[in-house]
Amino acid sequence: MKLVFALQARGISKSFFGYPALSNVDLDIRRGEVHGLVGENGAGKSTLMKILAGVYAKDSGFVRLNGEEVDFSHPVQAYKAGISTVFQEFNLIAERTVAENIFLGREPRVHGFVSRREMTRRTEALFDTLGVDSINPAVRVRQLSVAQQQIVEIAKALSYEPRIISMDEPTSALADHEVELLYGIISRLTARGVSILYVSHRMREIFDLCDRITVLKDGQLVATHDAAELTEQELVRLMVGRSLSALFPPVAPGTTVGEVALELEHAGNGLVDDVSLVLRRGEIVGMAGLQGSGRTEVLEGISGAAPFTRGFLRLNGERALIRRPKQAIRKGIAHITEDRKATGLTLNQSVMDNALAVIRSTQPSKAGKARHRANQLFLELELAARGPDQEIKFLSGGNQQKVVLAKWLLAEPRIILLDEPTRGIDVGARHALYSVIRSLAAAGHAILMVSSELPEVIGMADRILVMKDGRLAAELPLGSSEEAILQAASGVSASEVAA
Amino acid sequence: MRASTALGSAPRIFSSTTTIVYLVFFVVLLLSTVIAASAGRSFFTQGNISVLLTSTTVLGFVSIGQTLVILVGSLDLSVPFLVSIASVLSAGVMAGQSANMASGIATALITTTLIGLVNGLLVGFVKINGFIATLSVGLIVSGYLFSNYRGSTGKAAPALASLGEASIGFVPVMTIIMFLCLVATVALLAKTRVGLHIYAVGGDPAVARMSGIHNAVPIIVTHSLSGLFAGIAGLVIVARLGVGSPGVGEQGGYDLLSIAAVVLGGAVLAGGRGSLWGSLGGILIFATLDSVMGIMQLNPYLKDVVRGLIIIMAVAVYARSSIPRTTFRFPVASEGRRASVSTARGEL
Repeated sequence: MKLVFALQARGISKSFFGYPALSNVDLDIRRGEVHGLVGENGAGKSTLMKILAGVYAKDSGFVRLNGEEVDFSHPVQAYKAGISTVFQEFNLIAERTVAENIFLGREPRVHGFVSRREMTRRTEALFDTLGVDSINPAVRVRQLSVAQQQIVEIAKALSYEPRIISMDEPTSALADHEVELLYGIISRLTARGVSILYVSHRMREIFDLCDRITVLKDGQLVATHDAAELTEQELVRLMVGRSLSALFPPVAPGTTVGEVALELEHAGNGLVDDVSLVLRRGEIVGMAGLQGSGRTEVLEGISGAAPFTRGFLRLNGERALIRRPKQAIRKGIAHITEDRKATGLTLNQSVMDNALAVIRSTQPSKAGKARHRANQLFLELELAARGPDQEIKFLSGGNQQKVVLAKWLLAEPRIILLDEPTRGIDVGARHALYSVIRSLAAAGHAILMVSSELPEVIGMADRILVMKDGRLAAELPLGSSEEAILQAASGVSASEVAA
Repeated sequence: MRASTALGSAPRIFSSTTTIVYLVFFVVLLLSTVIAASAGRSFFTQGNISVLLTSTTVLGFVSIGQTLVILVGSLDLSVPFLVSIASVLSAGVMAGQSANMASGIATALITTTLIGLVNGLLVGFVKINGFIATLSVGLIVSGYLFSNYRGSTGKAAPALASLGEASIGFVPVMTIIMFLCLVATVALLAKTRVGLHIYAVGGDPAVARMSGIHNAVPIIVTHSLSGLFAGIAGLVIVARLGVGSPGVGEQGGYDLLSIAAVVLGGAVLAGGRGSLWGSLGGILIFATLDSVMGIMQLNPYLKDVVRGLIIIMAVAVYARSSIPRTTFRFPVASEGRRASVSTARGEL
């Protein structure tokens, strides 16, 4: 009897540090189908994928592969059992060749010696299967484009002769014509009976590719449906599944939009150009746009990390020149960066050392007093830590972000730039951060918030700026729809987006 | 014919950086010839070439091991002490008797290989940083040496001593042996799994682990081989001097010189990138400099100034010529900037 399902997972649960990331999730993948896995950020898609890939161990539940129960403790076990994974972060060594990367750890040998000829031959065979002929197996991976690297990853996944390939946001770095190439590769794979678990945020791809769709929300299974049964609106409703007002607190009482705090006029820094915008006290301005559209670079221009070289920047109506972050800090600008671990925190230092980092470098004479104020802020922000001396790497993402906020608030900024403020933060902690942001606006700060999550931008911002290709593409009012933002961000009409 | 030849197929043995290493070498050689000639002397005398090759041999052996260790992402600071301990142990066991030659060589090489293995275990399993682990092991060996040996000790077997003086044409036999070891190690790197894994672990330990490699294995293999080659270097010294000496490795400064030669040869100190041919080029550059400065009878301290300047200039050239065109996952607008960050990190 031939089994219909390549994979059956039942009752999968996983928590991190006591926070449940997945609870009791079921997943069935049929042979040769493309199975979409969708949900908002933090819904548990990546966790589920990493459990199937052997990166994380599940807390409970079981996984059957072709009817046999499997339990992985190392990614290689998953590969060997027939589940290959193409992660969002590439697993390639830049200095090694394409063929060496694909067969890393399993290099073919002839008479005990690694055979490059055999390795090249098999690599070419893999590329033939994928219908790709534009990648030389002997080229170093660092010489390839992102799209080519993606193909190498898929070829590597295919080299294990998997029954299932899971792909995490495989198109997030690809241009449109490259996405077409990926579609072709996927249809070739499914024709061979390989199943694809496809994780993506992009509705169009989900509906173009997937036979069935599983929706996760807050770590729980919402439903699995045939793609043909669903409309896009229905899918979005399943994904969001709660009114935005529950997650996003209302405007704090006493918030008044006041005078202009910052103004950019035709500003540019080589990364973005001709950006004109106004931030007012008490106002939260959202900034949306696709990856690489220049959102982060606008913030970096303002904060001096990548200073503007063209146009004007005015603070409280007066022209200001900001060439270095230190000058921006002294002028009352705080920049909460996108990559908390790399540029927001020094992970092996204490909570207090991290909180005092800005004040120590810009106003060292106030550092003593700031210590007291920092402890107050920790209380106000309801920081959950064992104490100010705990190393920050042991805190959850939400609490780490609170320390980053405390660090900047100690410098008493008037303008706060937030870049993806809730990235990697679970839903409960998000709500707390949103409340903090609201109260900062109420206290008269001007806030510019970049986010990739449209519900967040829509739920929090008083106005929405949309970036596209390094320029400001649109300014949308309160209450704009996701479609309107997407349209401005991608430059296609609303009907195309929906199609 | 694959369409991507536009990308250029990566040459397997001589990477572009290695080509530049040899260009630098030929420039140094040319300048040396001109300088020697301007002082009315000739650089290309048989005697001078012999001296030049001899001086490459000891550093050559040490640098083969050092290259492996640097490729895997570690360092070996214990090499000078391993050179010394090999010299005193072998000379001590041989005691001037050719009959003892084999046992003397075996004692020395087994000892240094085992110490290399300890280095490897400390780095690979105990996960102590390579710099710290080999520095500490080096200190321990150094303490043992100076508490048990005073001045020169033992005597080389006559057969070993004559091997040290033998040459084919103007090329010393020891140099030929060094070259054969280098070729064998090149084959190890290119044709065995562990060789490829050395590059993988040095290039990205996380990716290597995800691909099912036991990262400790290449680390232990490279450190053991570094011990072995440092031991052979010690034997070459015994063959030449006729006696063992507890301070001979330190006097040679083989730890920093070998690291400098490897870096001069285009390897990246962080690991994953470099080649033995490059390291050989680095050694030849140093030997040529030493030789011409000897001919010109320069102040020996000035030598170090020149060496230092050459390293800075060469590595600056490599950094410019091999800007990694790594494409990052979400780069588009900020690609240029991140690439330059990675250059700064990856190329020293």
